[in-house]
Amino acid sequence: MREFAVIGRPRPRPDAAARVTGRTRYAGDLTLPGQLWCRLVRSPLPHARLTRVDTASARALPGVAAILTGRDLPTRYGILPVSQDEEVLCSEKVRYVGDPVAAVAAVDEETAARAVALIQVEYVPLPAVFSIEDALRPGAEPIHPSGNLQRAVALEFGDVAAGFQAAAFVREDLFFYDGSTHLPLEEHAVLASYAPEGTLTVWSSTQTPHYLHRILSRVLQMPADRIRVIAAPAGGGFGGKSDILNHELAAAALSRVTGRPVKCVLSREEVFYAHRGRHPTVLWVRSGWTADGLITALHLRTWLDGGAYGSYGVATTYYSGALTPLTYRIPHYRFEGMRVFTNKPACGPKRGHGTPQPRFALECHMDKVAEELGLDPVDLRRRNLVAPFSTTVNWLRVTSCGLDRCVDEVVSASSFLQKHRRLPRGRGVGLALSGYLSGAGLPVYWNDLPHSQVRLAADRSGRVVLFSGAADIGQGSDAVLVSTAAEVLGLQPEEIHLVAGDTALTPVDLGSYSSRVTFMAGNATLQAAQRLRALVARGAATRLEAAAEDLVFAGGRVFVRGSPDRGLSWPEACAAAEAACGPLSASGAYTPPRLAGPYRGSGVGPSPAYSFSACVAQVAVDEATGEVRVEKVWLAHDIGRALNPLLVRGQVEGSVYMAVGEALLERQDYRGGAHCGPSMLDYKSPTVYEMPEVETLLVESVDPEGPFGAKECGQGPLLPVVPAIANAIYDAVGVRVDEVPVTPDMLLRALDRQRRGLDARVGPTVAPPASFGPLTRVPRPEGWA
Amino acid sequence: MVEAPALRDVQPLTLRVNGATFRVVAPASRTLLEVLREDLGLTGTKHGCELGECGACTVLIDGEPALACLVLPVQVQEREITTVEGLAGAALHPLQQAFVDHGALQCGYCTPGMLLAAKALLDRRPRPTREEIAEALSGNLCRCTGYLRIIQAVAAAAEGGHA
Repeated sequence: MREFAVIGRPRPRPDAAARVTGRTRYAGDLTLPGQLWCRLVRSPLPHARLTRVDTASARALPGVAAILTGRDLPTRYGILPVSQDEEVLCSEKVRYVGDPVAAVAAVDEETAARAVALIQVEYVPLPAVFSIEDALRPGAEPIHPSGNLQRAVALEFGDVAAGFQAAAFVREDLFFYDGSTHLPLEEHAVLASYAPEGTLTVWSSTQTPHYLHRILSRVLQMPADRIRVIAAPAGGGFGGKSDILNHELAAAALSRVTGRPVKCVLSREEVFYAHRGRHPTVLWVRSGWTADGLITALHLRTWLDGGAYGSYGVATTYYSGALTPLTYRIPHYRFEGMRVFTNKPACGPKRGHGTPQPRFALECHMDKVAEELGLDPVDLRRRNLVAPFSTTVNWLRVTSCGLDRCVDEVVSASSFLQKHRRLPRGRGVGLALSGYLSGAGLPVYWNDLPHSQVRLAADRSGRVVLFSGAADIGQGSDAVLVSTAAEVLGLQPEEIHLVAGDTALTPVDLGSYSSRVTFMAGNATLQAAQRLRALVARGAATRLEAAAEDLVFAGGRVFVRGSPDRGLSWPEACAAAEAACGPLSASGAYTPPRLAGPYRGSGVGPSPAYSFSACVAQVAVDEATGEVRVEKVWLAHDIGRALNPLLVRGQVEGSVYMAVGEALLERQDYRGGAHCGPSMLDYKSPTVYEMPEVETLLVESVDPEGPFGAKECGQGPLLPVVPAIANAIYDAVGVRVDEVPVTPDMLLRALDRQRRGLDARVGPTVAPPASFGPLTRVPRPEGWA
Repeated sequence: MVEAPALRDVQPLTLRVNGATFRVVAPASRTLLEVLREDLGLTGTKHGCELGECGACTVLIDGEPALACLVLPVQVQEREITTVEGLAGAALHPLQQAFVDHGALQCGYCTPGMLLAAKALLDRRPRPTREEIAEALSGNLCRCTGYLRIIQAVAAAAEGGHA
């Protein structure tokens, strides 16, 4: 194997020193001369018709520069072309508590807040719905003109009926996975500055500067070339800053009206209303098995509570079924899913985007099957593992796959088989597996352009600048890109200067979502660096009187292979190349292969590569209080290749952390449409005390298409942790809470049922209506028939 | 032309921050966090909730950790305030270096508060146990790292004899 100088070595991220000294400038830290502050007026009602928005007394308040209402910005928008259902400011009705109806710009934040209080809004309340069942009830008040069933999908791959007929054993289960929110430490912030020559610059805490750029252009009806979007380093994203939010557009519009810079920083309460978090999801799973534990068929139904707007929700709906066949060989698969509008803040993509819920359901369901078949959970899963370089029944192309090694590693490191069903009552272990995308195969709007593009420039000083549209949201994408370029050019990552996430300076990158940056922007960087190296090699070869292909780039030098003394320093080599070729620049691009299957909806699920994970969780349950303590988590992750193991391990630990929150604590709770506690005290997230010990086991399957063989690690490791914890709770006390978060009250109820000799299960008992519409039958890929 | 808002309860303040003295006039309702960020331009101290719940705005007041979003500057006029900008000299503070080396930060937004909470601990307890580190950081939320590397970094800085 080739030895790498930079790749594969644990090293601090190049931007770490700026972050520990407080020098990193997040969007909320930016200030411009003459800047105004924006605050939004938000609806106190979950569903109402707007009859009057009276801004007169607010306008009269000294210090108020401008006020906008819905009529000022009539263009509807939405992140997906299929759901253009949002307004910057509501013009006719409000759809959730927190829906913005007016925006104020004033000389300071205090005055803006006073103006907000002076705006009088008249509402005519409408009946509101807060559950899937109520939203679907005949006669329910429609939240959008098309009704409350936003999207239903019904797909069958193969012949599920035949698969169940061939089964020796069939089981079905019902689950519920509650909604949770991203809760980034940084509240969303934006600074917009419009100049009279007709240009607009927007700094935002966004994961998707390119999509924000497009929607600004559309909503403000300004040519895109007049708009510059700069993604400030985000103080945490997790998907919550990947949608385009009202305040970003309102601040830009206010800047255009006033001709002054306008800043808007959401309060923590408003961040809960911006949301776009995990969809509360009801799931029904039915599976058929042979007597020796092979899956014959799987039928999955999902009902997603979408909140008031579309957001990425149509994609989420498809994702709730698309990756289910990724880990196990399922010969016949039916997926039915729907997303329903309710009068709550909109759900959207949160770490794992639509796949943690079905993963939870499937992995808990499989443990129940294993028990009934008399197999251990490891054995049952091993018999059904997906094979590397195969195609799933729903047309996903699987390439590198180290899932079997992940299972081996995690089972052995945790001594799972020695512990499972053998620990004293109150303690238990649980296992779960999963897989995830290394980037979505398709962009959110149709185009055939590259998904990631990178430019590299170098000059006679040896200075190398990498221009990338990707946004670092804390995951370390900046570090990945400079390390990739450094490896190719024989430099250190700190020697590569980076300009990132600036639509005026950097070529387009679709953004930091769907775990796509390492794979896609990494590949684009690799190509650009190889091209720059070829340019420099040409100049250096002339100077060294050697053949370009005999040159080695290493240790900040360019030299002839086998004669390290016959060489040039990197700056000398750049100067030689500049003399020979003029200004040195090279570009690279990455477009994923076309992988969509032959059916509508097949755009969701395909990815150029999938990561795989296996997890064992060990828990202690306090039967007196119902509290669960996660003692330790072992997480094996097939990363392809760890470009920087320090950062990869950090992503795994962060994923485990977030999963512990979803498994035991975090829930978006509403009463009458009002958020029960839009604060960080009331919304329970894990503190240092709830965090378990984590043992990360990296499996390197070296993906043939990933940069240096790398795949994703930012989202996949979250997925198996939630069901592993649920399975561990069952192992500890023999009760099933088929619902997350597993709160003490639910667990106590289940334990009480167990004591009284009832079915020791707590969870949903009735599925919502199964109105998924006409079934589309999709032929199975070659090799399955 | 935007009319100036009415002057509301502004007051002169003398604040000692990171060893320097600042004189500012600010509305009396402004918290120490807002005055540090808006009036003194010290944006290293972060706001995450404005309600004393997340710890992102932790600063030291006479060496003790305090939540700047819950402190009125008039309360701390004669006191020594330390923010993240006051930690490093020409070189990083050993805690900062340990955070860098151990990968104890991702987005970095909670980091200033974490660093100051940790500094207060190490000043008081140069060789803390893991439990003491956890307790000292238990009021600071982090959504990225899962805390483990932060604890390791604090322990390593203590091990190295933090200056």
